Amino acid sequence: MNLLRLTAMEALEMMGRGELSADELTGAFLDQIDRHDGDVAAYLYVNKTGAREAAAAAGGGDRPLNGIPTAIKDVLCTEGMLTTCGSRMLEGFVPVYTATCVSRLTEAGVVNLGKTNMDEFAMGSSTENSAFGPTRNPWDLDRVPGGSSGGSAAAVAAGEAMWALGSDTGGSIRQPASFCGVVGFKPTYGSVSRYGLVAFASSFDQVGPLTRSVGDAALMLQHLVGKDPRDTTSVAHPEQIVIPEDRDLSGLRIGVISELSGEGIDPGVREVFQKAVSTMADAGAQMETASIPHAEYCIPAYYILAPAEASANLARYDGVRFGLRAGGARDVIEMYEETRSLGFGDEVKRRIMLGTYALSSGYYDAYYGQAQKVRTLVVNDFDAAFREFDLLVSPTTPTTAFGLGERVDDPLTMYMSDICTVPANLAGLPAISIPVGLDGGMPVGMQIMGPAFSANRLLQAAHGAEAAVAFNRVSPLVEERD
Amino acid sequence: MVNHDDVRYVAGLARLKLAGEELDRYAAQLSTILNHVNKIAELELDGVEPTSHVLELTNVFREDEPQPSISQVAALANGPEVEGNAFRVPAIVRK
Repeated sequence: MNLLRLTAMEALEMMGRGELSADELTGAFLDQIDRHDGDVAAYLYVNKTGAREAAAAAGGGDRPLNGIPTAIKDVLCTEGMLTTCGSRMLEGFVPVYTATCVSRLTEAGVVNLGKTNMDEFAMGSSTENSAFGPTRNPWDLDRVPGGSSGGSAAAVAAGEAMWALGSDTGGSIRQPASFCGVVGFKPTYGSVSRYGLVAFASSFDQVGPLTRSVGDAALMLQHLVGKDPRDTTSVAHPEQIVIPEDRDLSGLRIGVISELSGEGIDPGVREVFQKAVSTMADAGAQMETASIPHAEYCIPAYYILAPAEASANLARYDGVRFGLRAGGARDVIEMYEETRSLGFGDEVKRRIMLGTYALSSGYYDAYYGQAQKVRTLVVNDFDAAFREFDLLVSPTTPTTAFGLGERVDDPLTMYMSDICTVPANLAGLPAISIPVGLDGGMPVGMQIMGPAFSANRLLQAAHGAEAAVAFNRVSPLVEERD
Repeated sequence: MVNHDDVRYVAGLARLKLAGEELDRYAAQLSTILNHVNKIAELELDGVEPTSHVLELTNVFREDEPQPSISQVAALANGPEVEGNAFRVPAIVRK
């Protein structure tokens, strides 16, 4: 039996019946890491010994996620375990505390396989901005896995983790999930604690699951949500997260966002997406055209607001309390400048400067102030759309995974990878990407968005869509173990 | 749109030190990006309330009770240069 094809829910059932041990399960994933991570490079750190010990200790336990091999994006602090954020700035950094979301999963029994690669400080859409080298797409090693949670998405797609934690500021869970043919869910802003998540843009950042199935996304989410006294922007999720069972889509009014599914979307992606829309209609959903009139202003507003927040958040990397310090400086200002110039990569510097510019005297009103108003218009657009529809859909990305190196010298084209995902971050809404087909052998994702705190409705519909579309494909690296 | 000198000024504000070639490259790239984000200038935004945060949260308070926090040793553990109970830094003011 190919254990790498199992969902976490299936593995838990098998372990419950005594047909599979936690040792065996973790062993299968560590073995796959040994075999393929040299090529895929999904991990920055593999917790080999720790994972084996945790799996051995999990044997026979009754914790709800007992023994599930889990990968953790390197943006989340893990006490005593390297956390680099893909940056030279944090090379060798070992946190003295653990992120709340990681503690919650650990308490529920998961096995931590290690820390996954990412674009430096989560800024990027290809994982090529990692200071430690790119991750490759398990479906085609010459292509990018997406980003910034590219290591987490690639790990799940390559059978190097059963599921993974990611973070999403402008699409960083959903876009790599789409590129790698897995499920990725960004919860409503505030649902999951950001304590221990290295900050990029604090009014957007949200932690969420990358999984093999919608059911697994719901299962992990059950253990992630909740108010945390250590994050004052976290709130209690109004409903308990339920595992979706019913696959019925009938009665759901679903809007296909015209601005995000026509022009600007690659024809091959559009075709696969349209076929999935028809399949959902055949399964009983009422599929109609919807509009987010300010969609085209989302990327401009986002690339003012997120860099502005980043420029403030990244001021902490000054070589004083942690991380890199450049030697030989004559005074403290020179030390700051040399440390930051040495420690940050190109994209991070670009965003810090963009954000600093947008916040600087004389430009603040024209950029930051106006972009915050655009954010209001986008929130209003979604409010209006959700008066008419239960959920909204679009392709997750305008193209399938592009080639390594193809966009590194063209930041604006790279930013356009986020055109369909950014709107949900501006409005703080929950959104999921599920694989719905292949175009030229590469996965295509459908994004489903819902009103704030509608995770249950969203997961239910995604579960129905997943069953109707029946994608059922895995990357060649998992298939070869059949 | 932004030139060499603008980039040098902004980099200074952000405490980044850039070489001449980098200044030109960033000037070109930032101009392209700013040209795109300037699209928001098309919109009539007078009277629109800005959104700084999507959640309707105001003044999140807790009781002012002492809580455990990390030890001084742990807080200093990642310091690049530590002396006694302090982070050591180069001179703030030069003679």
